[in-house]
Amino acid sequence: MTKSLPWWLRDLLWLALFVAVLVGLAYGLDAIPIVGMAYYNRILVLMGINITLAVSLNIINGHAGQFSLGHAGFMAVGAYFSAYLTFYHFAPRLDKMPAGTEQWLMQNVFLVIAVLCGGLLAALAGYLVGLPSLRLRGDYLAIVTLGFGEIIRVFILNIDKIGAARGFSGIPHWGNFFWVFLVCGLAIVISWRLVQSSVGRAFLAVREDQVAAEAMGIDTTRYKVKAFVIGSFLAGVAGGLYAHYTMYLNPQTFMFVKSFEVVAMVVLGGLGSISGSVVAAVILTFLPEGLRSVKDYMPGGRDPRMVIYSIMLIVLMLTRPQGLFGRRELWQVFGRKKKRDQSEAPPVQ
Amino acid sequence: MANGNALLDARDVTIRFGGLTAVSHFNLGIQPHELVGLIGPNGAGKTTVFNMLTGVYKPTEGQIFVGGVSTHDFKPYQITALGMARTFQNIRLFKELSVLDNVKIGGHIHYKYSAAAAVLKTNRFHEAEEAAEHDAIELLKIFGLENRAGYYAKNLPYGDQRRLEIARALSAQPKLLLLDEPAAGLNDRETRDLLQTIRDIHKRFDIAILVIEHNMELVMELCERIVVLNFGKTIAQGTPGQVRENPVVIEAYLGEPAEAAGI
Repeated sequence: MTKSLPWWLRDLLWLALFVAVLVGLAYGLDAIPIVGMAYYNRILVLMGINITLAVSLNIINGHAGQFSLGHAGFMAVGAYFSAYLTFYHFAPRLDKMPAGTEQWLMQNVFLVIAVLCGGLLAALAGYLVGLPSLRLRGDYLAIVTLGFGEIIRVFILNIDKIGAARGFSGIPHWGNFFWVFLVCGLAIVISWRLVQSSVGRAFLAVREDQVAAEAMGIDTTRYKVKAFVIGSFLAGVAGGLYAHYTMYLNPQTFMFVKSFEVVAMVVLGGLGSISGSVVAAVILTFLPEGLRSVKDYMPGGRDPRMVIYSIMLIVLMLTRPQGLFGRRELWQVFGRKKKRDQSEAPPVQ
Repeated sequence: MANGNALLDARDVTIRFGGLTAVSHFNLGIQPHELVGLIGPNGAGKTTVFNMLTGVYKPTEGQIFVGGVSTHDFKPYQITALGMARTFQNIRLFKELSVLDNVKIGGHIHYKYSAAAAVLKTNRFHEAEEAAEHDAIELLKIFGLENRAGYYAKNLPYGDQRRLEIARALSAQPKLLLLDEPAAGLNDRETRDLLQTIRDIHKRFDIAILVIEHNMELVMELCERIVVLNFGKTIAQGTPGQVRENPVVIEAYLGEPAEAAGI
């Protein structure tokens, strides 16, 4: 069905299919009669947000090779800006409308607008941070982006209108499973299609050898900034959904620790591997939750959760320093066992 | 303006690093389809010239024209777009990418499109990708690398890496190809092969080639015209025969004649 249809129709059909599956899943999950389903649902949604964050950071760190430690900053920009729009502009307008289908429809339209605006502002921030990366490499860039993330946080901490240190509460609960996983799916597709294109090849070339990339006619500056803009846009969108799901934002959430968490996902999955980022995001979201019950078996009820979590990270990095899948994708790693991957085979002389 | 149809025209180019004049009053014109060699002993300034031509360094004085356009304010990637591609002395392939992707990236300026086109897979995307794939495979066939298209570049033998680098540069469809010490690190047999490869592509693609080498033999055999540099100055210029007989060149390479040194 793919070749004969025009590109936009083909993509629309796939999107429609994806939406239908998500709607089905969303209703299905609500219908499961387990105690604490709300808790599992929440973890699932946070997992979706984490996947989006990891995949978006992977574009910057993994594909373009620009080590950024400011992802929480971009997420914060998207989260706060979209929450601001909703809280001060959209929600009051929605409240005036009579309840019903029309209101429900407008709510989702407002959500999309708010989240997209949040993403766009985050993209602008990404552009501004991308600019110094023209000059800085490696560690230096990491420190600049780390500083940038903190600047954003401190900036937010001093704006009273969005709650300052108290946190921003009262954001309406518009985000849900459906929207989070729609965005998550789109982020994965965007990232995948980019890396399969000339844009993605330019990213990879910049990562591999900047001098050679420049000699091949690649405007390295432009592509670095491009990676930052795309990555931070997706992070901003993820942040917007996070705000509309948790209904409360606190500057503490967007400390550099959050950035490290996302970096850990990307590195653990394998820098540059999209499926690696997804799998690592799933593991690192579930692991701390799954370890909650360990406490019950400990003397004195101490909670060794974070200790186990850290030890597992260390062990993983010691045994697989290149990450779970290295630079390859899930199917390439497992497909290799049956049929040796050509790119891995030693050259025949 | 520059000499009408010269592909490359370096005029009175001088570069100083602090007080050191690395290259002084260097002149070089390359016409379409010429095969020119630039030689000189170690430290003569060959690589500095190369870096100025490709835009890595800016000359302190003088002008360089590529295809009639002054490249003074151009970045390396803009100079590539003017129709000049290069290889590197110490191979700089994209090691962790496939052989095919290396060649495709070489043709970046011809097959690029917007990120939006990539994400939406528009018609432009399909056209460009098909062209990129087709042209890359064709190039790999010429170099006999089509069977290794899926290999990581780093897994190729050294000689093949050299050839892949040339293939990658050709993928930019240049009018002028700069080869920076292409024979460095190759054994005699590989050097022979390389010589043949360079001759072949010179004929097949109808391009001009500038070879920088300090391997005299290779350049003597390959080039129609040779420029000899020493201590940043052009000391001789001419056909291989003329250069070989030139006493100044012999002195530069072998040292002063015994009697002149007073032994």
